Amino acid sequence: MTMSVSRIAQAVAVKDLRIELRSRIVTNQVLPFSGLVMVMFAFALDSDDVLQGVAGGLVWLATIFSLFILVQRSFAIEVSDGALDSLRVAGVNPQGIFLGKSISLFVQLIALEVVLLLTAVVLYRVSLGGAGLVLLVTCVVSATAGLAFVGTLYGGLTAGARGRETLLPLLLLPVVAPVLISATRATEAAFTSNGVTVSEGWPWVAVLAVFAAVFGLGGLLSFGSLIEE
Amino acid sequence: MMQPTRVIDFVDAVAVYNDYPALAGVTFSVDRQEIVLLQGPNGAGKTTLLRACAGLIPVVRGSAHVLGVDIAIDRESIRERVGLLGHQNGLFAELTIAENVDFWSTVVGATRAERDAAMQRMSIDGKLANRRVSELSAGQKRRCALACLVVRRAEIWLLDEPHAGLDAKGRDEIDLILKEAASAGATIVVASHEVERAQQLASRTVSLVAGHVRGVS
Repeated sequence: MTMSVSRIAQAVAVKDLRIELRSRIVTNQVLPFSGLVMVMFAFALDSDDVLQGVAGGLVWLATIFSLFILVQRSFAIEVSDGALDSLRVAGVNPQGIFLGKSISLFVQLIALEVVLLLTAVVLYRVSLGGAGLVLLVTCVVSATAGLAFVGTLYGGLTAGARGRETLLPLLLLPVVAPVLISATRATEAAFTSNGVTVSEGWPWVAVLAVFAAVFGLGGLLSFGSLIEE
Repeated sequence: MMQPTRVIDFVDAVAVYNDYPALAGVTFSVDRQEIVLLQGPNGAGKTTLLRACAGLIPVVRGSAHVLGVDIAIDRESIRERVGLLGHQNGLFAELTIAENVDFWSTVVGATRAERDAAMQRMSIDGKLANRRVSELSAGQKRRCALACLVVRRAEIWLLDEPHAGLDAKGRDEIDLILKEAASAGATIVVASHEVERAQQLASRTVSLVAGHVRGVS
């Protein structure tokens, strides 16, 4: 019996999130790491004006550093005992695996970003109005979708490679540069930092949405070939 | 419809692994419900042959049919019907046995009854089912992996060193499971260094040396 893509995606996402809840990698390692990045910049820059100006960029930089760890972890659980091989042998639809792993990554990244944004509000004293909040939520959702799709795609690409721990950031960092730039600009607009208005952020959100759509579609079409030997 | 008797049929098959011709013209066949042992030294091509049968490694020359499908042309359509258990178990260490089997049941579309039957067949009771894989012995992990194979309704079981890392009791359990699976209709190909033990299980032994079949007994 061939299972639907959505059913497989749901099973993979639930499995991944259950494993993360038990191993507590996000709460015990990723969250403290990204929190440290935020705090260290606060000490290093030590000026409210500067910090308010760069708050958006720091949130997304910390998110992207954390993305590397989360993607490594997401595929380590698949390759450590040959589960990805077994899924391939079983002919499980790779689109379902791609979507499921992307959903799991999306949920973990959203949880992380909420904490980082709250940290920015408290630590860097950035202000956020009603219109800014709508822009910020839209930016976070579209940027995170893009990061989850591209992270899963490149995680699958490097899953079987030697030296994947160092290869992944090397390959992924240039690809996520548009997300870093667009999300930073949109978040600056949401925080009205550096004299930018909220309305100036929406074109950047459109870039994020296009990025997510391209890598979502590209991942669905190519993930099966990427995880083949 | 009558099922074909010959389920694996390789003629002069060549498969390349890491730029090395790991199968250098193998002629090999297996009939339905047979248990066949593959033996040979390390690097003889046993694992490559199993992976080629599972459609994971392409056969680049010669002919290779599995369950009537020419896998030199179409490797993907047989995958749902073939189960490969390699050196690794393909399990998730943070999950319990029951959660691992549930996951596999969901992704392959097995029913609750099939899932329960697979657990029962591997003697996995309630208490054991709720233990995490990371807490299990090597034998228990193997049983869990076999339960996942059963739930997939694999017609051909390809097992690479199924006795590795197991104590005498664990090995006996695996042998019993394999005999029962063959009686229930599965075709089994076992690659093993434990020739004496595996020969008691198998109806035929195929010897591989440097990617060639050197004898069948």
